Amino acid sequence: MTAVAKTPVAARPAASSVKIRTQSEEAWRRFRRHTTAMIGLVVLVFLIAAVMLGPLIYTASPLKSNFAVANAPMFGKFIFGTDDLGRDMLARIFFGGRISIAVGLFAMSVSIIIGTLVGAFAGFAGGWTDFILSRITDLFQSLPAVPVLLLVTYLFRDEAKKVLGRELGIFFLIVGVIGALTWMTTARLVRGSFLSLKSREFVEAAHALGVSRLGIMFRHILPNALGPIIVAATLNVGGAIITESVLSFLGVGFEADWPTWGSLVFSYKDYIGINNQAVLLPAFGIFITVLAVNYMGEGLRDAFDPRRGR
Amino acid sequence: MATYFLRKVLYAIPSLLGISFIIFAILSLAPGDPLAEFGANPEVPAEVRENIKKSLGLDQPWPVRYVKWLGALSQGEFGFSFAARRPVTDLLAQRLPQTMMVVGIAYLIALVIAIPVGVLSAARPKSAASHIVSLITMVGISLPTFLTGLILILVFSVELGILPMIYDTNIKLDSLDGWGKQIKQSLMPIAVLALFNAGAMTRFVRSAMLENLPMDYVRTARAKGLTEWSVIIKHALRNSLIPVVTLIAINLPGVFTGAIITEQIFRVNGIGELLVTSVQKSDTPVVMAIVFIYAALVVASQLIADVVYGVLDPRIKFA
Amino acid sequence: MSNKRLVSLFSLTAAASMVLAACGQAAPAAPTAVPAKPTEAAKPAATAAPAQPTAAPKPAGKRGAGDTVRILYWQAPTILNAHLAAGTKDFDAARLILEPLAGIGSAGVPVPALAAEIPTVANGGVSKDLTSVTWKLRKDVKWSDGTAFTADDVLFTYAYCSDPTTACATASSFAGIKSVEALDPATVKITFAQPTTNPYRVFVSTQGYILQKKQFGACIGAKASTDSACAVANNAPIGTGPYKLKDFKSGDTVLYSINDMYRDPDKPFFKEVLFKGGGDAPSAARAAFQTGDTDYAWNLQVEWAVLDQLAKTGGKAVLVNTPGANVERIMFQAGDPSPEAGDKRGEPDTKHPFFQDKRVRQALAMAIDRKTMAEQLYGATGDPTCELITTEPFVSPSKVYGGIRKCEPDIEGAKKLLDEAGWKPGPDGIRVKDGKKLKVTYNTSTNTLRQKEQALVKDAWAAIGVDTELKNVSATVFFSTDAANNDTIGKFFNDVQMYTNNYSQPDPTDYLCDFTTSQISAKANGWRSPNNIRYSNPEYDKLCTALRGESDDAKRKEIVLKMNDLLMTDYYVVPLIARKRVSAIAKDLKGVKDTPWDSEMWDIADWYK
Repeated sequence: MTAVAKTPVAARPAASSVKIRTQSEEAWRRFRRHTTAMIGLVVLVFLIAAVMLGPLIYTASPLKSNFAVANAPMFGKFIFGTDDLGRDMLARIFFGGRISIAVGLFAMSVSIIIGTLVGAFAGFAGGWTDFILSRITDLFQSLPAVPVLLLVTYLFRDEAKKVLGRELGIFFLIVGVIGALTWMTTARLVRGSFLSLKSREFVEAAHALGVSRLGIMFRHILPNALGPIIVAATLNVGGAIITESVLSFLGVGFEADWPTWGSLVFSYKDYIGINNQAVLLPAFGIFITVLAVNYMGEGLRDAFDPRRGR
Repeated sequence: MATYFLRKVLYAIPSLLGISFIIFAILSLAPGDPLAEFGANPEVPAEVRENIKKSLGLDQPWPVRYVKWLGALSQGEFGFSFAARRPVTDLLAQRLPQTMMVVGIAYLIALVIAIPVGVLSAARPKSAASHIVSLITMVGISLPTFLTGLILILVFSVELGILPMIYDTNIKLDSLDGWGKQIKQSLMPIAVLALFNAGAMTRFVRSAMLENLPMDYVRTARAKGLTEWSVIIKHALRNSLIPVVTLIAINLPGVFTGAIITEQIFRVNGIGELLVTSVQKSDTPVVMAIVFIYAALVVASQLIADVVYGVLDPRIKFA
Repeated sequence: MSNKRLVSLFSLTAAASMVLAACGQAAPAAPTAVPAKPTEAAKPAATAAPAQPTAAPKPAGKRGAGDTVRILYWQAPTILNAHLAAGTKDFDAARLILEPLAGIGSAGVPVPALAAEIPTVANGGVSKDLTSVTWKLRKDVKWSDGTAFTADDVLFTYAYCSDPTTACATASSFAGIKSVEALDPATVKITFAQPTTNPYRVFVSTQGYILQKKQFGACIGAKASTDSACAVANNAPIGTGPYKLKDFKSGDTVLYSINDMYRDPDKPFFKEVLFKGGGDAPSAARAAFQTGDTDYAWNLQVEWAVLDQLAKTGGKAVLVNTPGANVERIMFQAGDPSPEAGDKRGEPDTKHPFFQDKRVRQALAMAIDRKTMAEQLYGATGDPTCELITTEPFVSPSKVYGGIRKCEPDIEGAKKLLDEAGWKPGPDGIRVKDGKKLKVTYNTSTNTLRQKEQALVKDAWAAIGVDTELKNVSATVFFSTDAANNDTIGKFFNDVQMYTNNYSQPDPTDYLCDFTTSQISAKANGWRSPNNIRYSNPEYDKLCTALRGESDDAKRKEIVLKMNDLLMTDYYVVPLIARKRVSAIAKDLKGVKDTPWDSEMWDIADWYK
């Protein structure tokens, strides 16, 4: 019994094998009724829209320094004021939000893709494939995440910058390592779903119709295992954003001219008392995003579990 | 039961070997100078650096060094620290107690917060109290600990002046006064850690409760006419604690690594703080030892979780 | 109590030595000692600076009258044998226990510690041909275990570090020595292989702490770092200093108690010293200024806006800035760093595509506003400088900006120079010549302050039509000798790089001679030689040779200034900021005399409250 659930997310296969469309419609119906989850969704959509579209309307540079206007207050000449070098805070918040949210989404995607592939193959193939993949999952589960993350990003950042370029190198390093250290939960959930789904009638029917194994896995079984995957995904987004801020603290995050909300909070933390908004605004950004994503996760979790329909 | 346990232990050994190999490889294959601290000082001439490298055995290929490391480990040794030039085990012996104490207490406090909050938010999900409390626990997980730590320092050390901001590791715990000082200086690091962990744990408890509340036995209990709270606490909570216990055991190492930042901020000389400074100094033997200890903690707590789960849940067959 | 009796017996000799110490400061031909004055943190409230006595301070009480003095370093000591040290924190933590023959005061003048007097040519201690130095040792010094300190210990320290397998971090200070011999138990003669213009290079200041032969005798060579008995010694050395070790938690705290054998019966004042390490510089500043959790905070490299605010609002400590030799500088590559150079990339026989034109270098230097950079980013902790040599007796720290030459920003002048050099503005504002854009890569180590400096310089260069690509790599890579990495300071495969360097002793001969042709970094020497800008100027080389052979102080000064002048007008090295040593000292802590030439702990025996 190694498949002890590693997170609060229930590793429960979808209860009915009704068509995916109706199942997702049903989930969406339940999700809509979940007030906090809906608020979370709306806030998240708003935030993403703001950081994506904001810089198109508000075109100030996030990097241009001007000592003459350093530490300007909020709602004066600058909407969110300026920082210690006179850089526009609103532009920096937009820029930082793009990176932070991108880190969250990309790290989540890496984690979900690895986890789904490993879990699907392990659950579907069984036998030795399952044994080896499960041992690998165990091995990764035993890696102490933060220390390994610190080590890899510290030791390989210069190499990554050399290979992929200054900004992208660090982005992919961080996103890749966070993803590579968080896929195990998804893998276990997906493996569990596949184990129980593969003997269902609809799979056998597909088999009989001559659908290839890969086809069965990804076209027929996977959609039925989507619930737990989506829930795990939402939880990963917030985790990745916070983890990135930890990397800034440890000095192995993004370069100074590529601000993220986490690195903004870190670099302005000693300006509390001099320039409060500089530290509070990005902290609020992280807070709201993580909050929205988590509430959404809770809503999705309830929505995909039919027994909890309220 | 014994064979089940034995099989788990046998799985753990290759796991640990695998982890140690991965980490050793990461450390050895990384670009850069393994003598960073000396390297960072332009005044130390290059030849001197080469000599230091040789004296530390860094001129050998890394697979050779890994085998040597394993050999030393089998005798309970982690090698010599480059920076301190003393056995790594000495350093760990000085630091593990501090980490254990601060992290252990923080974890207990987080639990004390998490269980009632989790139960409340599962039982009364729409109540105002549930929303407020879960919002507060959310603050804990969605703010970086370096910020919460700093805010506590600003309030309690700078403004109010009632708590020390520097952790004194030389306090002797042989008197009431000593204990008082120790408790005072531990308050802030513990608070930061507890707040950070309580959020995650609350979610464990809540989800375990939600699993159990719709179960038949809970309905039966209700039908018997028990009060709602006694149903929740005596029946649902008791059963929910099985997964909670295992989750908490599994999550424990995460708390140790979460303590890395807290230790830095408050200057607690724990192993997390040692890890960060050793990474920056490229003190490979120390980094290796600490990451290995973390990995051993993870594996051990997974083992404990499996066993506890097995003991608590009769449905598991010890095949 | 018998110790006390013994100690009081020494009081007479100690008093005599104090007089000697005072004399020692005036002995070598150098201007009078002016101790560092604390630079107040801009607010009248901070004017209650600690007393800065010029001679040994009048002790406020007797030995052990004070309780504990708390010192905070944001890097933690990891070893107490300074010869195996990994950084300043180790040298400083060791200084409470271990001592050199002499320290160096703020004006660059040696002050006897274990030596009875400072050897000079005048008193016969330094031979006229500058090939040997004879140190007379104090006869009243005992190690903290009660055994006597003799010439044997000095000889042993040399033997210890001159063995390359010991791998002393201080090995370079023991290089070029022919022999170290004991003429008698209290006299040591050092013979150099070449005439030396700096006789105080050996056994002086942080590089020259004396180890006890009895304790370390078996630790020469590889055993120094690997033998377990030696590991114990490395972390608990027996010393002659005012304190002895009570408890050491490596990487965290050192707790010291009074060395009962210390030669001055009235000192030290504090019963215990708690030397705490770890954390970061801003929070160390907070602990000193705002909460008073520490009495002394070291090396407060904090952005000026933050430091200034903490100092102003805290009021529990005073900010002390000690000017010294540290200069943050921009350097231009003279060789060809472009990948197109192939195998020849960065070799000294190649020429930089556009920096070979002096007008381009000069224009880039002229565009930089050093004063704004210093004011905004460094405040009281750094001054703008136009000079690379920033210390007495060569250049007065007050004259480094504009006192000798002007280096105010001149955007128009810079544009004109570039126009003259044939670089015309292109359609996008970037200057072009022969179809090539004027684009530079500018590398430094990862560090918030440095990245802000880069941003300012980039802006300035953009204003004259130069496109700058900013780069930064972690300090461990930047300062390493990793031949595989193109971004190290030695390899310097970029157009521009920036870092801080200094001369650690008042004599800048080696420092200046690092820019000579023979010191050029190339593949043949593993990119390890110090002249990483590949600067080659026969006139400069000649001046270095002359400086090495000159013993007359006035003539030496003249040559040093000439070399500095040549470097400054060739525009390969552009000094930006003369960085100061910055510490915070509790308002009630007195007797601290700071010096840029020695450990900050060098005078801890004189501290009192």
